[in-house]
Amino acid sequence: MVFYITYIVVGIALFGFIAGFTLFAVYSERKIAGFVQDRLGPMETGKHGTLQTLADILKLIQKEFITPAAADKILFVAAPVIIFVAVFLGFAVMPWAPGLAPSALNLGLFYVIAIISVDAIGLLMAGWGSNNKFSLLGSMRAVAQIVSYEIPSGLALISAVMITQTLHMQEIVINQGIASQNTLLFLGLWDVSNIGGLLAWNVFQAPHLWVAYLIFFIASLAECNRAPFDIPEAESELVGGFHTEYGGLRFAFVFLAEYAMMFLVAMIGVVVFLGGWNTPLPNMGSVRLADWTTGWIWGIFWTLSKTLLIVGVQMWIRWTLPRLRADQLMALCWKVLTPLAFLCMAISGVWRVWVMG
Amino acid sequence: MFKIALQAFITAAKGLAITLAHLFGARRSREVLDVRKADYFDKQAGVTTVQFPREKMPIPEVARYQLDVEIDDCIVCDLCAKACPVDCITIESVKATDVIGKTSDGSVKRLYAAQFDIDMAKCMYCGLCTVVCPTECITMTDQYDRSMTNLAELTYSFAEMTPAEVEEKKREWTKFQAEEEAAKRK
Repeated sequence: MVFYITYIVVGIALFGFIAGFTLFAVYSERKIAGFVQDRLGPMETGKHGTLQTLADILKLIQKEFITPAAADKILFVAAPVIIFVAVFLGFAVMPWAPGLAPSALNLGLFYVIAIISVDAIGLLMAGWGSNNKFSLLGSMRAVAQIVSYEIPSGLALISAVMITQTLHMQEIVINQGIASQNTLLFLGLWDVSNIGGLLAWNVFQAPHLWVAYLIFFIASLAECNRAPFDIPEAESELVGGFHTEYGGLRFAFVFLAEYAMMFLVAMIGVVVFLGGWNTPLPNMGSVRLADWTTGWIWGIFWTLSKTLLIVGVQMWIRWTLPRLRADQLMALCWKVLTPLAFLCMAISGVWRVWVMG
Repeated sequence: MFKIALQAFITAAKGLAITLAHLFGARRSREVLDVRKADYFDKQAGVTTVQFPREKMPIPEVARYQLDVEIDDCIVCDLCAKACPVDCITIESVKATDVIGKTSDGSVKRLYAAQFDIDMAKCMYCGLCTVVCPTECITMTDQYDRSMTNLAELTYSFAEMTPAEVEEKKREWTKFQAEEEAAKRK
């Protein structure tokens, strides 16, 4: 019976983390947006506006549940739950530190890609259930975009999986640092199994994975509907896209899912390409930096700092690049990213057979 | 297609470099500079936000914002009310029986200002009333920060007479007129 309590505690801890991260991320997003545009961002609530998002969520919690008269009640109410749960379940297999993952699934990576796809159904339900032309347009765009971009992102992940030869998230990470039992070759030439650090990350073991990571990063931006791929929300043309009719706590859940998705895709990229909980510091002779900075707490620290850095880059890109048109979006996906991802996959095969032996 | 995509990536990188520079440039604030200074447009780096109620941009002393009336200098000629394109000035005058004084520039005052109201909610800050004023008693000031919770508070009253005084002056004038009529009839 004890393990049921453990499950519940882990679930609550993850939810607490996601909620805390969202509050922090919305605040930092607004601050970054302000600084990029030579403004100050929120300044009034708390010192330097630090309590702003807390005040926002308090307001959202207190608001009334409003369901439009013409809405499909069941779909409308269920959609935010499905959108959030789909993303939340993705966290179930993410490794945080050596031996620390909510669930050590052998098909971890496959599971994450599959469960994130459920998000598209939630978005379609939200758009259709709202019975509003803007919502429907937004959700149609969202689904078309997510389904399309899953192909390059999936192919990019496969090209990394071909190098690591496992879908187990924890093993993927282990094979990128000093804890590995296999021989790790930096650029396929130099044995770095005992040196570790930055040099043993997947992107440095096989340099074409940089391209794969870039493809994955761009595709992941599209999958979490972030600018420059935010045509499903497109404030300037579609009011709010699929969440136009939502308010209060339901809107908060859609928002929570969006930021949780940002963190999740950033974390997948970090785990598969950038060494996960492995330290970036290599062993140098008697200075055993990698040995010193590997461990339970260090693992969480490295995972968090790498992932937050990637989330920061996502925000930086959002406040720089203009939105792509729908046809440009599809052209980029099908004519550029997909062929490049296939090319990466082919190189991965060659690399695995000839370079890694 | 790949050429276009490559071009897009290069320009995106340029854009990202610009925003990154601004992101780190936001560590300092642009100091509050006077617009009349010659190097005003040279300072382009840093946060531009002015935290308004706590800091204010310097404005010239001769700035042309809200209207002010020096009622002692007013000869109640009604020219400003006639000049106003939006009719925001309401003036009511009561004739005096004799000269009641002189303004600071020597004009003779023969009318009492029973009412001199300016509705600042209507005013469009054109300044035509200040141009036509013969005694230059209506002027534009450097006051611009006036928010009110009640719309009626935006109607500024400059007349200093109490209703009782107005009544008395009106009675005096009627009496004076009646006496004149009587004198003519004799």
